[in-house]
Parts: sequence; C-alpha cells; structure tokens
Amino acid sequence: MTMGSYRIMTGNEACARAAIASGMRFFAGYPITPATEIAELCSELLPKEDGVYMQMEDELASIGAIIGASATGKKAMTATSGPGFSLMQENLGWAYINEIPLVIVDVMRKGPSGGSATLPAQADIMQTKWGTHGDFRALVLTPNSVEEIYTETVRAFNLAEKFRQPVILLYDAVLAHMSEKIYVPDKDEIEVIDRAKPASKEGYNPFRYSDSSVQPLGHFGEGYNIHMSGLTHDETGFPVSNQDTTGLEILIHHLFDKIDDHYDDEIKKYEAYLCDDADVLVVSIGITSRSAKSAVKKARAMGIKAGLFRPITMWPFPHKDLSRYDIHTKAIVTAEMNNGQLNQVVIEDIDRNQKLVMKNLYDGNQIRDIDILNSIIEANKYEK
Amino acid sequence: MKNNIYDKYLVEEKMPTMWCPGCGNGIVLQSIIRAIDEMDLDPEKIVFVSGIGCSSRAVNYLKFDCMHTNHGRAIAFATGIKMANPELKVIVLTGDGDCASIGGNHLIHACRRNIDLTVICMNNSNYGMTGGQYSPTTPLNSFTKTSVYGSYEPPFDLCDLTKSAGATYVARCATYLPVQMKDIIKKALNHHGLSFVDCASDCPSLYGRLNRLGDAGEMMLRWKDRLVSVTQSQKMSEEELKDKVIWGEFVNKSDRMEYTDIYKENIRRAKEAAHE
Repeated sequence: MTMGSYRIMTGNEACARAAIASGMRFFAGYPITPATEIAELCSELLPKEDGVYMQMEDELASIGAIIGASATGKKAMTATSGPGFSLMQENLGWAYINEIPLVIVDVMRKGPSGGSATLPAQADIMQTKWGTHGDFRALVLTPNSVEEIYTETVRAFNLAEKFRQPVILLYDAVLAHMSEKIYVPDKDEIEVIDRAKPASKEGYNPFRYSDSSVQPLGHFGEGYNIHMSGLTHDETGFPVSNQDTTGLEILIHHLFDKIDDHYDDEIKKYEAYLCDDADVLVVSIGITSRSAKSAVKKARAMGIKAGLFRPITMWPFPHKDLSRYDIHTKAIVTAEMNNGQLNQVVIEDIDRNQKLVMKNLYDGNQIRDIDILNSIIEANKYEK
Repeated sequence: MKNNIYDKYLVEEKMPTMWCPGCGNGIVLQSIIRAIDEMDLDPEKIVFVSGIGCSSRAVNYLKFDCMHTNHGRAIAFATGIKMANPELKVIVLTGDGDCASIGGNHLIHACRRNIDLTVICMNNSNYGMTGGQYSPTTPLNSFTKTSVYGSYEPPFDLCDLTKSAGATYVARCATYLPVQMKDIIKKALNHHGLSFVDCASDCPSLYGRLNRLGDAGEMMLRWKDRLVSVTQSQKMSEEELKDKVIWGEFVNKSDRMEYTDIYKENIRRAKEAAHE
C-alpha cells in the first residue's frame, strides 16, 4: 500500500495541489489578493501535467474560459476574491442554467468594494448563495483548516462532476496564507469522481428534467451536436418559447431538485462538537470556528455546557441537523467576521424561547476565543 | 430538395428565423455554411460560440456543437474551448455591440494572443435586438433610438481595431457581396491564428427606417456605390474615400506564432525544467 506524506503548506497551496490531484487540468484566472498564490502555483504545475494555465484579461473572461474548457471535457477551476467574484456573477449564472461542472474558489477579504485586500473577512456568505440573478441552488463548501482545504477541494470537484454544476470553495485570507502541517494523501487514497459519459450519441439531449438525476454531459467536439444557451431552454438546450410557462418552470425545478433530493446522503456535511447536551450552541464557519471551538472547550472547563455546530457544506445549509441539536439549547451564539449573515440563517432554526447572541467583527481582525467565550457566558445567563 | 446545404447544416424545425425580413444576418449565416461545405470540414470538429444580440441568435439554427453565451463573452468561452481542445475549429458569431462594446476587451486580447479563432461580426451599426440604439459602429450623425438628434459618438473601424490589436487575418465584406463573403470566410477559416471578418450588414427594420434609407432592397442597392475594394481604394484620395466602405483583406500574415502552439512550447519548457 502506498502512503501519503506530511507536509507544511499554506491554504492556497493546499487548494492548488488538491485541485490538480483531483484531475483539474484547466485553470483560468486573474491575479487578486489574497487568492493569487493559487494561480501562481497552477501556472507552475499545470504545464507539467499537460494542463492549461491561462491568465485572462479579467474575471469575466476567466470564468468564461473555464466554462468553455469544462464543456470540452476538462476539469476546470478559477480562484478569486470578493471583487473578482462579483465580476464573475453573470457567467456563473450561465454555468448554473447550463449545468456546467466548475470549481470557483473565493478567498474572502474585507469588503465592500476593494475593501482591504490583505485583511480577512467572512462577508461573502450571502453572495455565494444569491450572487447571480435568478433562481438556482448554490453548492458552497467552507473548510476551516489547511488540511480541510485540501480535502474539501477534492470534494468540490467530485460534487461538481456528480451534480453537473458550479461548486464554490469559500475560505478567508487567514486560511489562505497560514501554514499548517497537513496529511497529503497519495494518489490512490484520493477518491476522484470522473464525469459520467452519455450512453449514446444518437438522439442525445444535453439536459434531462424528467427526474432529479443529471444527464451525463457530452463534450464539445465529440459529435453530440450539443446546444447550450443562457436562455431558458428545454432538454434539447434550445430556447423555449415565453408562451410555454410550464417549460420555463421545469428547468428551475430541476436546478433545485437535483441538489435537494441528494442533499442528506451526498452533499450535507458539518461538524457537531459537544452538541448533544449543549445549553449554548455556537454556530461558526471557517477560521472563526477554530476560535469558537477553543471557546467551547474553555466554557466546558468552566462548567458551561457549550457546543459547536460548524457547517462544512455551508449552502445548502444543514437546517434540519442544526434544529435537531438546538431544540434543547437555551441560546445560540453566532460568531462571524462580518456584520451579520450567519445569524440570519440560524434565526430560522430557533424559536422565541431561545436567545440569539451575535458575535460579529468586521475590522479586519480575527475573532479571539475569549470574545466568543464572553458571548457564551452571556448566552448561558439566559433562562429559557 | 434533400441533401442541400440547408438540410445538412441547419435545423429545419427552428425555421423561420427570428430575424426581420431583409435582415443581413441570413446572408452571413448562409455564407458561413457554404464556406464550410466547400471546404469539406468535419462538422463534428466545429464549435460555434455566440454572445447576445440578433447576430448571436444564428446558433439557434445550426446543426453543430453550439454555445449561446452571455453578452460580449463569446470570445472568452471560445478561448476556453480552443485551449481545452486545440483540434477544434472554433467560430465566434457576434455583432458590433457584442464584440466591440461590451465584449471589446475580450476581442482585443484574443487578437493580442493570436489564438486560432474565427470571429465573424455581423455589423449592422446598431443594437437591433433591443430596438435600434446606437452602437460603437454607428456612423456619426446617423439616427437611432438613442441618438434622435444624430449620433455624436465617434465610431470604431473594427478592421483597424483588430489589426492594431494583433489579429493575423483581418477582412471586411458586405451582404451585397455574398460570394466574396463566402470566399473571405473560407480564407478566415483556413487561417491559423486569430481571424476577424467584419460583415457589413443591414438592419432595415430599425437603422434603415430611422435613417429613411428605404426598404431592404433599396438599402442593399446603396452598397453598390459605397463599396470599394482594398485594391481600388489604394488609388483613391482621402476625399474620394469619404463615405465609402473598403472591403477585402487588410491583414493576412503568418509572421506570429499562434497561441495554442505557443502554449505547447510552454508545456515543453515546463517538462524540460522538471528534468533538470
């Protein structure tokens, strides 16, 4: 049996290496802090694997190029930060409606606008869900360590291929640049899902809306006569008439059903740390969840029954599972580097007898465990 | 009549096209499929990519792999397709608003790279799909829905633009000259590098009506006196060339490496460095 190795690397390096280990052979991007190192490493490593690195003229072109490459059979990725992610929204919508497998890395920096390029934030949580116009179901993964960036990058590619849609890997500037010891698995240890091939070219339609399974994607240039359009289309890919309202609705149903029907078994992922008997539950993602875990440990040492609920699949949010744990709690603490996004999600899962304590920080600093501990202590005072 | 080029390359059940009577886009589309047929190209190895606008709807009628993308972005998608599989012939169908306004940046960068795409611009001097507003190629002082007192925006000459940006094949033709258009498209498709064809076309429903240029037939006849070949134009003074449209080849050269070939060289270097 072959074995992997332990290495020290940054989050961005782990992301690039995991992508290539997952079979990614096409990267198109535009330099932006704090995501640039992913592009740099791809430019160095991909040509050695007969892969393509392209530095495009802007972010609109970057995502356009990876969509074209994915439709032509390559596993493709781009990496950016908030300002670039904003520019990608229109073509991201095209990828949703045409069910194109892609991985988009958004390394969050403080916004809005240019904001503070080198300072971390967690303020793109809602943008990853609602960024582009129209109805669609976003798949967003939020790792909290360098090692988890590696494993979640692999999972991002697998989900993208399996469900034929863009997957967003979302982490912040701290995780991007911090170095940690991680286990880099050997090639044989990584489960890589490759794209399913259509059974036949005869009468092939690029889309299937009859059930929640996805139609295998035929590649451009292989004789499938594929038609893809950003307009509302039927299973043939050709635009449907605006008079046919059933036709217009079917496509949207499919974009939701293909995710929702497989969510519990194949997509959902979270960490529930000491949640079973918790009086106070902290909900947090990414780098902040590590301060939160430390705060939970300190609270337990003080005799407070605290727990941490950490979504790793951020979108769709594991509402059912959080509800299962929080039914016994008296208060929830949300800790996040923004002025309130996660709290708006969690509020759906609590009732009026429970208290919500928000710990938000948006000055470019990380939230310390002591600050979250204080929020836990405050929350614990609440009588249900 | 079966087995004609229409059955071979066009989707019959999508007819009639959404284009207005007299629109020049049909002539451009026909010139393209005639060129492909005469060159006997393998249809499986051809991909059409378009943006948004009347021009870009051409892919709706084509029996090929087709991608109808976002406004202005066709060249970016096409670049990804070509780089992912350089064996494919990638043809971009676009319009003046699509490639010279919202997609202008992608156009000049594709020319700079000299990537082997054929960009065919159906240039009708206005935004037809949205009802006839001025575009970056609308002639000065002409009337559109957003230039009711005459256009005050200096227009681009798309051949000058692509030539300066580094395209290695640049030509212009007009719907008045369909045979020549087909021949120019054949040369563009044969060219290894970025080829750009500016197809001067008419929009009788909007631009024509707003500028009182008569019906489609009258508009077509207007080209007769305005078109001047590149060779003819060399003997004419600037004064004589005023209001004329020069057609023919402006650039046809092979002195620059094509981008997918350059990238193959990059792969070779990377592997060589790995050996050292």
